[in-house]
Amino acid sequence: MAWKKIREYDAKRLLSHHMGRRLRAVQVQANRSLVESLPEQPWLASCQLVVKPDMLFGKRGKQNLVLLKADLEQAVDFAEDLIKRRGEIEVQGVRGRITTCIVEPYLPHDVEYYLSIQSVRNGNVISFSCAGGMDVEENWDKLRTVQLGPTETLQERHFAELFTDVAREQSRQVLEAYVDRLYAIFDDLDFTFLEMNPLTIAAFPGDDGQPAPEPQVWPLDLRAELDSYAGFKNARKWLNVQFPEPWGCSKWPQERLVANLDATSSASLKLTVLNPKGRIWTMVAGGGASVIYSDTVVDLGYGDELANYAEYSGNPKPEETYLFARAILELATNEPDGRPRCLLIGGGIANFTDVAATFTGIVQALKDFAGKLQVARMKLFVRRGGPNYETGLRMMEEVGEQLGIPVEVYGPDAHMTCIVTRGIEWITGDASKENESESLTPRRRLRASA
Amino acid sequence: MALFSRETQAIFYNYKPAPIQNMLDFDYVCYRETPSVAAVVTPGATSGGFRKAFFGHREITLPEYGSLAEAARLHPEADVLINFASYRSAFDSSLEALRTATIKTVVIIAEGVPERETKRLIAEAGARNKLIIGPATVGAIQAGAFKVADTAGTLDNILRCRLHRPGSVGFVSKSGGLSNEMYNVLARETDGIFEGIAIGGDTFPGSTLLDHVRRFESIPEIAMIVMLGELGGVDELRVAEAIRKGDITKPLVAWVSGTCATRFQSTEVQFGHAGARAGQQDRESASAKNAALKAAGAIVPQSFESFATAIRDTFASLKRQPVPERDPRPLPLDMAEALRSGKLRKATNIVCTISDDRGDEVTYAGMPISTIIRDDLGVGDVISLLWFKRRLPRWATKFIEMCLVIAADHGPCVSGAHNAIVTARAGKDVVSSLCSGLLTIGPRFGGAIDDAALNFMRGADEGIPPDEFVESLKASGRRIEGIGHRIKSASSRDRRVQLLSQYARENFPSVRYLTYAEAIEAYTLQKSPHLVLNIDGCIGALFADLLRGVSDILFHQPNMDPVACTTAVRSVIELGALNALFVLARSIGIIGHIIDQRRMKQPLYRHPWDDVLYATNDDVTSLRWNEALRGDGSPAPSPGADGGALENHVATRRGDD
Repeated sequence: MAWKKIREYDAKRLLSHHMGRRLRAVQVQANRSLVESLPEQPWLASCQLVVKPDMLFGKRGKQNLVLLKADLEQAVDFAEDLIKRRGEIEVQGVRGRITTCIVEPYLPHDVEYYLSIQSVRNGNVISFSCAGGMDVEENWDKLRTVQLGPTETLQERHFAELFTDVAREQSRQVLEAYVDRLYAIFDDLDFTFLEMNPLTIAAFPGDDGQPAPEPQVWPLDLRAELDSYAGFKNARKWLNVQFPEPWGCSKWPQERLVANLDATSSASLKLTVLNPKGRIWTMVAGGGASVIYSDTVVDLGYGDELANYAEYSGNPKPEETYLFARAILELATNEPDGRPRCLLIGGGIANFTDVAATFTGIVQALKDFAGKLQVARMKLFVRRGGPNYETGLRMMEEVGEQLGIPVEVYGPDAHMTCIVTRGIEWITGDASKENESESLTPRRRLRASA
Repeated sequence: MALFSRETQAIFYNYKPAPIQNMLDFDYVCYRETPSVAAVVTPGATSGGFRKAFFGHREITLPEYGSLAEAARLHPEADVLINFASYRSAFDSSLEALRTATIKTVVIIAEGVPERETKRLIAEAGARNKLIIGPATVGAIQAGAFKVADTAGTLDNILRCRLHRPGSVGFVSKSGGLSNEMYNVLARETDGIFEGIAIGGDTFPGSTLLDHVRRFESIPEIAMIVMLGELGGVDELRVAEAIRKGDITKPLVAWVSGTCATRFQSTEVQFGHAGARAGQQDRESASAKNAALKAAGAIVPQSFESFATAIRDTFASLKRQPVPERDPRPLPLDMAEALRSGKLRKATNIVCTISDDRGDEVTYAGMPISTIIRDDLGVGDVISLLWFKRRLPRWATKFIEMCLVIAADHGPCVSGAHNAIVTARAGKDVVSSLCSGLLTIGPRFGGAIDDAALNFMRGADEGIPPDEFVESLKASGRRIEGIGHRIKSASSRDRRVQLLSQYARENFPSVRYLTYAEAIEAYTLQKSPHLVLNIDGCIGALFADLLRGVSDILFHQPNMDPVACTTAVRSVIELGALNALFVLARSIGIIGHIIDQRRMKQPLYRHPWDDVLYATNDDVTSLRWNEALRGDGSPAPSPGADGGALENHVATRRGDD
């Protein structure tokens, strides 16, 4: 996947490294306290400090999560409070725990600029405003914007447009030099997004806390995204940058396992738990089809029962689908509540993926979970087409018979999302009535549909 | 304008047999006259080569080139590049293709091309008025005309979706998997597609939904447009804008998937496609885009479930004449496909019963190599598994290993080592030198073990007294394999024979054949001190004892009848396994000599003149030659009539093994 947010600390680390500046920021986590950084970062003791959570969410000031003008002791205390004592907090409607903070020198400043660079289809858009800071959105009309083509570099006319509103000539020169360098790094390091708000010009403190003679441009708050697709060519330049999970996404171990599988495989494997108590579990082939299955569950009014989003594609190996299916089955058979559940093993008509081969791994995983599936009252609904689909569907039917788990299979002539309706009927108990009247066995259903 | 026609040809970048064959099969069922693949580019390949593929029943060759420039120069009619380069190298090859005058369309299959590179390609294509499909796409198809790579899947599916003849729907989506699904739906609900495009799931695809919707608007054969969008990005909004401005007048049925995203509690969920991200700005959400399309005049269903119905109703309202149907041209069944589906059976040409390399790891007689390593088994066990298909007890495998150790080398002067040394010094490689040494092994050098074993078995099992055994062989003019040594004698016994015999006496369940061989030796020693039991004879007799000792394992029959057991053991020896043991053992030593010579950089060996008796005019030798020819036609010296077999044996056994 392409656009990935990185932590403010990492972004500042990348920028100072590639600008040849000293990094004036320290990362604090549960296992790395602020005091440990003191020997390498003596300014921590001599400067006033700023402490902020570094968790990929913005508007921290408005939520009183920022400590300004602190001394070292206060900073240590505030960071520890956020990480160790605060517990779960709600930010932008999502609950989560703060695990990481960033600590920087507090910079007295009188101007607050806004600067962003955004990757767009035709190149990159650079925006600048003299009215930066917390209320930038109220001053959106003051934004100056230029667009550059993918191979273009910044020219005098671009600077003229961006910095029209900058009154002081000296500030303008400092900004020009900075943005020029910043844009080159943005391009070279495959950033897709950078936002500095506010950005200021200030004399930065040295190790002894005394301001340096030359004022420089400093981003106070920074958001950044990298193009993870470019990782293969930036291994060195990215300095081991981390791609943390989005805020609030405390991952299940199974989600982490699938994420690791995805990272090492040539195929694509994705798993997100939405509601671990939900009774509609999905395991869908194809990036496009998987979204449509989730849509259909929601459209039919059962979004509350939708337990997960899971997608596999790109011809994964049977070993990979085995581990992937195991991860989902572990979650899906967890804490049975006596009510029926369904697993939708869906997918469109594959172009080149060998359906039987990918099902081999799933069947193996189903066998491992035979008992648990029965206890969870799980019924499997399979719909798939493509190379070798008949064999694949037969395998699914056979494993159901063998393990005593109800299975219904459908081929390419059945509507792709028909199993969503069937699954909902099963979990709501409507299915049993219908089965009595129709008494269709799954195998006959396959024939009837094929 | 339509992208393709029935004459369109492509250059295929990076050879992939399956998608190429898929394209040619499609061509054939559509009654195309020319294959849609003109040439293959394999970077770095030497030009002048070719790849084979089927066009119907016929096998054809596809020229292969090392560079796109050369392929394009020689195939100027091919205006599509199908790029199967990896995400690491797709940029360079695609850029080159866009800058190649004859290439008009570039299809990039790879997923994971860096965004900055794709954006440069988009700019390049825009400047040159060329079209990119992808990255991260399965490709595109024009029904009945041209198909890119794996698009539309198997032939079964192509026929089910009636893609072998044009319909009147233009279809575009991001997802390759879903396009295939939709071709199926469109075949059911309409007269099928005219053209179908999967633009790929990236944030910035090379060409957009709008690019293709606009093209569909301009293609007269297309009567209606079907578009399947996705959350994220503004492409669908631009389509809505184009409809509102009146640029798109044909009926457009659209659905944007991802309406479930509101359910995803977290601020950001990445779906399967790079461009599909939940938690983005509201106007990029699926519902917002569906609403915008509907407001602009597109036909937008309530949900994906009713997409098919909306398509059916819209198509019905067009009241189109049915398109002319034409049966697809029958394609011969592919061998692999036919075998897999059980429509064809085929006799195998080769049978193997000792090893299997098809699974995760190789098995020797059913035993995985990891087990062999884990249980610390040795080369004796491996030989017993691969030669006799059984795991033999340790006393037997230890004996096999002892034979290998003892027979590994016997110095540089024996004929095998000597030949190998001469060959190595002639500058030949290890394999050639080894072969020249091994090819020396035969009845006079190291190759008498099988026969010695068989002889001693016969004598022992039939209870022939030693004197009778020796004399009867002597009378028939045969020498006794396993008896006699050039150097060793009764007073200086062969240490190797002693070591093996001693081990066998202590460990074998029975040494009945060795005992018999020793009785023979006792008799022959009365004739000459050099007629000792030699190493061939000793290994032969003991191996027969060994096989008898493990007969219950070897033949899966406990308490075998002795006669049957003898027959079974003989049959194993007759396979040549015992001589093979010598070949294997001695290879170790011969290789040692070869490496030794090479290490010392020894020059070419030439035998000195003074070591050869030049007797070209010698009457005696010519006379004997003529006599021999008059006799049985064999130039070999025949044994004397006076029972000289044994003496002759000693004289002719130049060797010592």
